[in-house]
Amino acid sequence: MDARKKKRKVLLMGKSGSGKSSMRSIIFSNYVAKDVRRLGATIDVEHSHVKFMGNLTLNLWDCGGQDAFMETYLASQRGNIFSDVAVLIYVFDIESREVDRDLDTYNAIIQALREFSPNAYVFCLVHKMDLIQAEHRQRIYEERSALIRSRSEHFRIDTFGSSIWDQSLYKAWAGIVHKLIPNLTVIERFLSAFAKKIDAEEVILFERSTFLTVTSVTSEIGELNPIYDRHERLSNIMKAFKHCAARNTLTTPASAGFVVMHTKTPQFNTFLGRFTDNTYIFLVVPPGEAAYNCAVLNTMLAREGFSKSAAAGRTDGFPLPPPESEDANGHAT
Amino acid sequence: MDPDSEHCLSTSCLLYTPAYKTNARLSLEIILQGTNHVSGSVQPRSALIPNTQARDAKPRLLLMGLRRSGKSSIASVVFHKMPPNETLFLESTTRIQKDSIHSFMDFQVWDFPGQLEYLEPSFDLEDIFGSLGALVWVIDAQDDYLDSVARLNRTILTVQQYYPGINIEVFIHKVDGLSDEFRTDIYQDIVQRISDELSDAGYENAPVHYYLTSIYDYSVFEAFSKVIQKLIPNLSTLENLINTLGNNCGFEKTYLFDVLSKIYIASDTRPVDMACYEMCSDYIDVIVDVSELYSWDHPERRPKGDQIQEAESHVVLHDDTMIHLMEMNKYLCLVSVIRNRESKEKRGLIDLNCRTFQDGLNEVFSRRWEQLEETNHLDGGALT
Repeated sequence: MDARKKKRKVLLMGKSGSGKSSMRSIIFSNYVAKDVRRLGATIDVEHSHVKFMGNLTLNLWDCGGQDAFMETYLASQRGNIFSDVAVLIYVFDIESREVDRDLDTYNAIIQALREFSPNAYVFCLVHKMDLIQAEHRQRIYEERSALIRSRSEHFRIDTFGSSIWDQSLYKAWAGIVHKLIPNLTVIERFLSAFAKKIDAEEVILFERSTFLTVTSVTSEIGELNPIYDRHERLSNIMKAFKHCAARNTLTTPASAGFVVMHTKTPQFNTFLGRFTDNTYIFLVVPPGEAAYNCAVLNTMLAREGFSKSAAAGRTDGFPLPPPESEDANGHAT
Repeated sequence: MDPDSEHCLSTSCLLYTPAYKTNARLSLEIILQGTNHVSGSVQPRSALIPNTQARDAKPRLLLMGLRRSGKSSIASVVFHKMPPNETLFLESTTRIQKDSIHSFMDFQVWDFPGQLEYLEPSFDLEDIFGSLGALVWVIDAQDDYLDSVARLNRTILTVQQYYPGINIEVFIHKVDGLSDEFRTDIYQDIVQRISDELSDAGYENAPVHYYLTSIYDYSVFEAFSKVIQKLIPNLSTLENLINTLGNNCGFEKTYLFDVLSKIYIASDTRPVDMACYEMCSDYIDVIVDVSELYSWDHPERRPKGDQIQEAESHVVLHDDTMIHLMEMNKYLCLVSVIRNRESKEKRGLIDLNCRTFQDGLNEVFSRRWEQLEETNHLDGGALT
């Protein structure tokens, strides 16, 4: 309906049983890790549309991985499947016994992709990392991703180790969506200006339904935080609580959510609230009642500015106020 | 048998084993450790008297039952925050495991090996049961339980005879794998068998309570909460305080949680609502986990103003339910569910009321601690 709406075609591929549908269900359909046992094999291609951040819609093609399907993708369906691809996500099962064969299939897919959408991003997830003993994980992962890289033709690929049982899944997918969001630099510019104004240690934008990190800004002091995977862990924590809330208020996880969350501790204060229709904003500010209240107030003001300019339809995707109005908000403190 | 008065004297020679530091030392608690002396309620206990002869005055929870019934799993899940599915790898217990739980009130958890014949004369019953506390008997509901029930009966009879002050709590455990009907059948059967035996022996109203438990849901926490609550001397005062607070603030349900173990030591007297309990308990997790991520220490990190020292948090959910959490002292936090529209707008008043409650709470507990401290000092003086 809207010409500016962006649809991005995302192909999810990999060998049968490697965990494609499992991770899709967890990230986009609010499954919890142990529920994925109920999923059956994907037959042919399952299409789903995921609204993500304003006008960005992910058109997700979950391609069943059995050999027979793979052959049709590469032969009769070739043009249909591989044209207009924005992102290819290829999932490798770390436990697979036929590594060479997997890589051959992967290479065939990559060649088809080069033919029809040479500009696509390629992400490779080395999945089920939880099955490897912790002390070997890093080494095995690096060996495997080197192998994958060597078979990727001219594509510059990103690899992630992932597991549905911990936060690594969120890290991988946050990395993927980060690449897909239009005008991300604008958002980031705004966020860093905003963070400076309210003196925040960290400002994170989360997508509303998936709780994936869209982007984040960290101050110099915030950078000293020794916990590097905190964004993924936050996604995991908040999503787990969302499930609990859904279970206990008798709704579906999709419709459950938070309106606002305030936390004050002697070491830091945080605020989580709705920002745009599809995002939550998460602030971490140093303790201090007055400063915290100001930060929250300013966030609200900034949000109003956002929705106003969204109504005016000036900007694309993520409605942004011009830099001056940001300043005005800042001066309100 | 020692007469009671003498018993009291002997227990006042306190032996404080160094507090067991569990993995679950929560950061929420750690954050406050440096600052909490301001509130003056929880003072560091001093004078660890190295006296192996003396008995510990802390209430004691004795975990007993046949081997492989799940005693150690329960202890690990509740007191050490072990994820339930990891308990599969626990080795069987070969000697009595004594854990000191250092919390709002100190108590001990003794985990007995299943094969131990403690009723034999070579065991000093006085040493095991002599202190006030509760006997938690764990029965594996998925196994043949007749043996266990028979042994439990023998134990109850012995304990009742000599130590009638000990509460007997029967955990009918591992019920997660059973259907609802089967659960009730087993429950009734076990209750019937035990009460028959007891009334045959002439004990009509023995303090035996039964719980259906599983480590895979909240039932074991709920059961432990009930067990612990019976050991708190000022429970009714606490409940009154919470009731007053809840009524004045329009709380739907209020729990006073022990942050470390997530068992609740008191709640208002409205009917227990499992949904509320789950949400409150999970919300504590959220706050604790988030604090873990952001409370690193660095000299460059400076506060920007004044703030109350105790952590405080609230969340509003999609259906306008509000969960309000306030830290009371190092160990306790008050979590309440608010659905009343009017009271949600009066957050300031709620905060104020909670602070008042906090003062009341600390008074209730501090008097006991002061007494303890005094006896401690006296004993310390006498010994040195």
